Amino acid sequence: MARELLKGNVAFAEAAIRAGCEAYFGYPITPQTEALEHMAKRMPELGRAFVQAESEVAAINMVYGAATAGVRVMTSSSSPGVSLMMEGISYIAGSEVPAVLVDIMRGGPGLGNIAPAQSDYNQMVKGGGHGDFRMIVLAPATVQELIDLTVDAFDLAERYRCMAVILADGSLGQMMEPAELPPMQSLRPREERPTWALTGAKGRDPQTISSIHLIPEEEEAFNTELQAKYATIEANEVRFEEHELDGARIAVVAFGTSARLSKTAIAQARAESIPVGLLRPITLYPFPQERLRRLADEVDAILVVEMNAGQMVEDVERVTQGRVPVRFFGRTGGVVPMPEEVVDAVRTLHDELLTGAPKPDAAPRTTAEEVPA
Amino acid sequence: MIPRPPEPGFTTVYQHPDALADVPTHYCPGCTHGIAHRLVAEVLDEMGVREETIGVASVGCSVFAYNYFDVDFAQAAHGRAPAMATGIKRVSPDKLVFTYQGDGDLASIGAAEILHAAARGEKITVVFLNNAIYGMTGGQMAPTTLAGQKTTSSPLGRDPASQGYPLRMSELLAQVDGAAYVVRRSLHDVVQIRRAKKAIRTAFEVQQQGLGFAMVELLSSCPTNWGVTPSEALDFIAKEMVPAFPLGDYKVPEGMAETRRRPAKTEGGH
Amino acid sequence: MKGYVIVDESLCKGCALCTQVCPKGVLRIDTGRFTARGYEPAILDDPDDLCTGCELCATICPEAAITVYRAQAAA
Repeated sequence: MARELLKGNVAFAEAAIRAGCEAYFGYPITPQTEALEHMAKRMPELGRAFVQAESEVAAINMVYGAATAGVRVMTSSSSPGVSLMMEGISYIAGSEVPAVLVDIMRGGPGLGNIAPAQSDYNQMVKGGGHGDFRMIVLAPATVQELIDLTVDAFDLAERYRCMAVILADGSLGQMMEPAELPPMQSLRPREERPTWALTGAKGRDPQTISSIHLIPEEEEAFNTELQAKYATIEANEVRFEEHELDGARIAVVAFGTSARLSKTAIAQARAESIPVGLLRPITLYPFPQERLRRLADEVDAILVVEMNAGQMVEDVERVTQGRVPVRFFGRTGGVVPMPEEVVDAVRTLHDELLTGAPKPDAAPRTTAEEVPA
Repeated sequence: MIPRPPEPGFTTVYQHPDALADVPTHYCPGCTHGIAHRLVAEVLDEMGVREETIGVASVGCSVFAYNYFDVDFAQAAHGRAPAMATGIKRVSPDKLVFTYQGDGDLASIGAAEILHAAARGEKITVVFLNNAIYGMTGGQMAPTTLAGQKTTSSPLGRDPASQGYPLRMSELLAQVDGAAYVVRRSLHDVVQIRRAKKAIRTAFEVQQQGLGFAMVELLSSCPTNWGVTPSEALDFIAKEMVPAFPLGDYKVPEGMAETRRRPAKTEGGH
Repeated sequence: MKGYVIVDESLCKGCALCTQVCPKGVLRIDTGRFTARGYEPAILDDPDDLCTGCELCATICPEAAITVYRAQAAA
């Protein structure tokens, strides 16, 4: 297939279609509405299911329904809409059906704004809805990666019978980049829907898909199984990218758009002879703990860069267990930092390493903050 | 339980429906949920559609409905059954999809979902049990609780000035263009029960013919939370609920007479 | 007799609705005796063979506990 100039939101919608998505249910919300509009046009063309639901609450429950029927199904939304979906997401987790969600994050909290942000990390990576569960969370940084990870999301969701989330932000959803779409996969024939799916009790016993376990010991047994599933996911599905970590004394840890602009910052910093590289988690769950632990012993400081008030940094601190100073640089509210701001933070950190003298923290956490080694 | 075969010279004219699971239910003695379940099961048996039906259980006393029907079932979050049914039906249009909901599920938390499923003309069948109270959670006020009716959250009797008026869902939904068949029946005596069964059958036939959204509202009892005997509860329906929620056909498809199956003699003249 | 019914005591909850709709008055609650689930069940008490197999009891029974039998029509 040829490379074409594609808008992020359209790219992930079309990628889902190529990956055999049979049903899309969504609701308009900026900055991802182009995905809904693309689906509104393409799904009926292909004889597949499309509904603009009355709310995100309804949309996620339609997704849940179609998932119980054993088809590839997705929805997309942005931060406030995803909040509305939390109940449905918990039900999807508790009934172990596969589904894909794309969250194009925006500034918040509350209504916030429509500018890009990364402040749904906690909501998505820690489960989000009520109960002990996880979703596989994939964080693309380019439109091509958005396409590729969307295709993977359907496979992962089915393999593990869970929700797979593409966690991107408004800039990725809105930007246009050259990228290549995969060829069209054919739809799974109806007779080949999974055996656990609700397809009508013909020639077999009736089955129920539910998340109810009224007896606590049974609920616990179910939770134990879920945790075992997540352990398998953690053992097998970690993805990350290493960029310029050879000889690095400082490692930037960032995902999505923050990682992308950090690469520009790293090029600038390296030009100033600052030995800095980047570890970019691609799966936020499962988090690349093992690689990060090793990284803590390889570098002298870590700078976490996010477009939020400090969410992934807490996981970095937890995993590195104080073996290396961890600093944070972030912008909130939908502000996208300029690479120069990241260079400044890297330079400051580098100066401190050279002088060996920790500077007192004069600035709030949105600039640089130290966790003592 | 396999019913005993008839004595010589007799035939069995009524027995436990196949589509109804052979287990005791958790419903209170005299609860009309049992009658409604039985009617739905009888209809599925008579139409021969048990193997192609998918039910969506809601949240309320009937949350375990999936245990009581021998059909595939999905369990929905409170109020969301019409949305879940939409998702299932849209990807499985050849299956018969129905929801079974109470008044809190359908008219309170699920008000948006039922309205829009009707507006979209979703080809689903909704069985709506209206007993004017929240049973499962212990007797609180429902959107269909009558003015003046005492519940645990309207202990002095529902005061319209501060607590509003009951919602008449059949009247509301019948105004929606996507709704094809919206009727209200009752379960308070045998005559009404037989009419209710016919309506449930029609509501499934409307789905089979792809005519649009179909709902049967069934006036039901809650002896436990109304604080009366099962028989007194049926009287309450007849005397108090029927005037507030008039029985009748609020919307029927054009040419309805043609879609109705003429009752056969084997139904014993029901 | 024209008909008879059997109440399945594993399902009957003794709600007594059947006893109230029976036009012949041949269903009653067997008070003082309890089923395995702790209910006083309804039973057919029809010494004079009044039951016609009209099915009213089965129609109102919330538990689908009643099986109704009717005499075959004479050839």
